[in-house]
Amino acid sequence: MAYSSKVIDHYENPRNVGAFDKNDLTVGTGLVGAPACGDVMKLQIKVNKEGIIEDAKFKTFGCGSAIASSSLITEWVKGKTLEEAQAIRNTEVAQHLALPPVKIHCSILAEDAVKAAIADYQAKAAGSIDKVK
Amino acid sequence: MITSQQIYLDYQATTPCDSRVVEKMLPYFTHVFGNPHSRNHPHGWSAEEAVEKARVQVASIIGAEAKEIIFTSGATESNNLALKGVAGFYKEKKNHIITCVTEHKCVLDTCRHLEQEGFLITYLSVQKNGLIDLNELQKAIRPETVLVSIMAVNNEIGVIQPLTEIGKMCRDAGVFFHTDAAQAVGKIPINVDAMNIDLLSISGHKIYGPKGIGALYVRRKPRVRLQALINGGGQERGMRSGTLPTPLCVGLGEACALAQKEMSEESVRIKALSDRLYTGITRQLTDVHLNGADAPRIPGNLNLSFAYVEGEGLMMGIKELSVSSGSACTSSSLEPSYVLRALGVEEELAHTSIRFGLGRFSTREDVDKAIEEVVKAVTKLRAMSPLWEMVQEGIDLKNIKWAEH
Repeated sequence: MAYSSKVIDHYENPRNVGAFDKNDLTVGTGLVGAPACGDVMKLQIKVNKEGIIEDAKFKTFGCGSAIASSSLITEWVKGKTLEEAQAIRNTEVAQHLALPPVKIHCSILAEDAVKAAIADYQAKAAGSIDKVK
Repeated sequence: MITSQQIYLDYQATTPCDSRVVEKMLPYFTHVFGNPHSRNHPHGWSAEEAVEKARVQVASIIGAEAKEIIFTSGATESNNLALKGVAGFYKEKKNHIITCVTEHKCVLDTCRHLEQEGFLITYLSVQKNGLIDLNELQKAIRPETVLVSIMAVNNEIGVIQPLTEIGKMCRDAGVFFHTDAAQAVGKIPINVDAMNIDLLSISGHKIYGPKGIGALYVRRKPRVRLQALINGGGQERGMRSGTLPTPLCVGLGEACALAQKEMSEESVRIKALSDRLYTGITRQLTDVHLNGADAPRIPGNLNLSFAYVEGEGLMMGIKELSVSSGSACTSSSLEPSYVLRALGVEEELAHTSIRFGLGRFSTREDVDKAIEEVVKAVTKLRAMSPLWEMVQEGIDLKNIKWAEH
């Protein structure tokens, strides 16, 4: 199977590989997928006081398309509000990377990872407000 | 496109045709083009002579007689003919066949087909090392059993089934023994008499011969009878009609002759290369598992699982190596290799497997380049693997509640 040049570019030069401290209250962590299914994505966002995602990191276990999808989506969420990031659809990822039908699940996983990271951030933020009260 | 840097490490998928084989074949495309079944002129006689010489060469590598060799289009056809042919001929008396879950798809799919026609099939499971349990086989044989079909060498993991023991068990029970030897011929010594093999499938392109030709050995004493799949002019003792492709037959014969002559020397050389590959990789990388480790195996096959790195992702990182992956992602089914799953390899590890196949034209330079590329790619991918990160932090991946999708 031949990969699109964009998938190859993200695979060979992945953007934003790494990790933030997951206990940091400004960090939201999403872990989606399963080893038994052949792909796991960990995506983290760092949110500033204005509610903007100022940085994002990922680590992915998966095929080239899964790595490329997560790399691309970390680029896309940066500078966005949580709502804007929430609105990113997997179809945009799939289209941008020209993923074949059999790889669409990689883009779905990337969308899920962003949503999971946002949910984690919001849950932590809500928890810290409770504590302050 | 194949570039000059591309290294071929997929000898279980296919092999290049040896140039010595091609040379022998060439005259039979142009000058000696007669129909080997034309009995009344020299063009036919010359072609027939070439085909019969090839038949002797094929028979010789498995210790059979030339008359017992049927030329086919390849091992898939041979396996189909063995299973459907025996099942069809003996169906009035016996209707049960025994095979095993790690067989090649062409055996398993043929068995599924026979099940639909009313035959009963027992699929033996395999042990962790990939071999069948002989006690299980013994228990599975019953009065209605007509055939046992167990492959000689597994195409994915390279383990060698206990052919002699299986053959003896079958002979004692009066059951025919068929073995798919596509991956075994020319790699391990095979003798159909010593091993009590009644039917044996051979593939041309797995042994440096041409694609599109194979053979089925069919024992004459005691005689095994088959119902033909292809009807026509009654060639090949009526078991496989159709004009024989003289150049391909000559190619298969020559490939067998070369393999027989060079097998012992070649095995030693390939074993040294595969040891070099294995130690070169495992010296630099932890958490690498050899699938089918505790069984006798052919030297040209190393099926390795690189924990925490997905197989297809890894293949993309070693794109100058032509290898094969047991990972799901290369297929549309998204299921990892059924062979590895049958060994009890966990799904997550099955997704991380790569098959390295070494052969006649593999060199030390190829192996050294492969080690370098694999170590580099696995190191890079582990650095970006969330699973590797968790394991380094001391987290047991089994305790995580994964959202399977």
